[in-house]
Amino acid sequence: MTPHAVPVPAASSSFDVKAVRAQFPALQQQVHGKPLAYLDNAATTQKPQVVIDALRHYYERDNANVHRGVHALSERATAAFEASRRTVQQLVNAVSEREIVFTRNATESINLVARAWGDWQLKPGDEVLISAMEHHSNIVPWQMACARTGAILKVAPIDDRGDVIMEEFERLVTTKTKMVAVVHLSNVLGTINPVEEMIALARRVGATVLIDGSQAAYHMAVDVQAMAPDFYVFTGHKIYGPTGIGVLYGRESLLDAMPPFLGGGDMISSVTFEKSEWNGLPYKFEAGTPNIAAAIGLGRAVEFVRDIGFEAIGAHEAALLAYATERLSAVPGLRLVGTARRKASVLSFVMSDLHPHDIGTIVDREGVAIRTGHHCAQPVMDRYSIPATARASLAMYNTTDEIDALVVALDRVRHLLG
Amino acid sequence: MQDLHDLYQEVILDHNRRPRNFGPLPDATQSAKGHNPLCGDKLTLSLKVEGDRITDVMFEGSGCAISKSSASLMTDAIKGRTVDEATELFDRFHQMVTTPSDQPVDEAAVGKLAVLAGVREFPARVKCASLAWHTLKAALTKAPDPAKTE
Ligand SMILES: Cc1ncc(COP(=O)(O)O)c(C=O)c1O
Repeated sequence: MTPHAVPVPAASSSFDVKAVRAQFPALQQQVHGKPLAYLDNAATTQKPQVVIDALRHYYERDNANVHRGVHALSERATAAFEASRRTVQQLVNAVSEREIVFTRNATESINLVARAWGDWQLKPGDEVLISAMEHHSNIVPWQMACARTGAILKVAPIDDRGDVIMEEFERLVTTKTKMVAVVHLSNVLGTINPVEEMIALARRVGATVLIDGSQAAYHMAVDVQAMAPDFYVFTGHKIYGPTGIGVLYGRESLLDAMPPFLGGGDMISSVTFEKSEWNGLPYKFEAGTPNIAAAIGLGRAVEFVRDIGFEAIGAHEAALLAYATERLSAVPGLRLVGTARRKASVLSFVMSDLHPHDIGTIVDREGVAIRTGHHCAQPVMDRYSIPATARASLAMYNTTDEIDALVVALDRVRHLLG
Repeated sequence: MQDLHDLYQEVILDHNRRPRNFGPLPDATQSAKGHNPLCGDKLTLSLKVEGDRITDVMFEGSGCAISKSSASLMTDAIKGRTVDEATELFDRFHQMVTTPSDQPVDEAAVGKLAVLAGVREFPARVKCASLAWHTLKAALTKAPDPAKTE
């Protein structure tokens, strides 16, 4: 197979992938003697030098607790921490920084809502509507909330391409529906859901909406004012930031009315043994010492992404997706799982007679890092009656050469096991 | 690339393509399900134990080349053995796959199963090789829940 049978997309003038790659130290290494082709970005993205430097700077210079000290270090740490919150607010175009709650990850953000909002609002017989392509982190917290409250979990089905069947979705949104919780961009199928349309349907019945933007946040611009969900969550480590930091955007009036999630320091304004008063937003939802370094690192990562711009990133990733789709489709016996009308640069696939786990091991020895397994979305595997998939997920720093390396490595899999 | 060939040896590929003792066992006396949630591998192991002897064994399910061939090799190895012998083989197999890869394995102790020693170079795959064996243990002790490798 000739490596360049498919035309290589012309590099866009505003986007220089070589220059972008040069800023990611982890991408410069060899694995098993081959240049690393990191194609597992849906699991986590690599970190640019500026983010690593921000962590280092914080620990070397500014390390102190936030919102508690009057000394110089605490003031610097607090300023940097709050500056990150403003950066995140601007990223998603929230009205106020009071609407940006820092959590540990997307999973904690969803659990926060399922607990604080769910236990408060869900009554027996109420319904929570999710889609059939959710990550476990947007399934399990709702199952638990339903078990606590007597509410019922409903699942909107998806079709063979990986699109939510909107007629079914519409049918499932009824006056019983109190929460609609759907993924913006699927980590397995790459599907970009029509969240605006879904939110409009939820509004007709007065349901509250949570959008899981874990995968969307690093591929596309998000405007929570235009989209108008009640909650939008994402996770720092997938947008080139550190692990241990996540974001919950919540509409201010709703966050204000909600009871707190965890109790402890920072989330109160006064405590006596008789009664405690809750702190204002967003601190009411940030009990205990946060991951200060990671929050600061996330702010730096968001600036990094913003400086490159989602227009340039989107164009590059769209070209990569088109190239990868064409090249992978030409691999004998390979079938893509997830061919939605609107999709991002996530390519799940299966190969006849070859188990994804064997594929993953063999391509790793060629320096190609892909994910294999159920991707924390077992119901998606069941939907397509497959035990697992192999998945290549592409980010702004990936190149057509790396896709070629994957295709060559897949050839090797067939050669070795076929 | 040598380590890949050590892992995917011809014997393993052969057992993967043509697994032995594959299918249902209608007169089984005990059985267990094994599941490796990491890769989705699932297998059902059925044993016919008469007295203290495993007189027949079959397995079914789906899995990667390593877990399938390991299950196939295991069924060959334990058929006709006593329960105690099978349990001892479990221990020896476990010993082999958990021996650091820079140390030699005692091939005589495991016989044909030694072809799976290459899995030690691939820590993420040791669980694939062990799944059938954990399921065997569960079947022999009639544990009610599916055996897990996690
Ligand atoms: C769609 C989606 N939702 C939620 C998550 C959970 O993210 P985290 O593990 O960082 O909480 C992930 C990533 O694993 C994801 O892909």
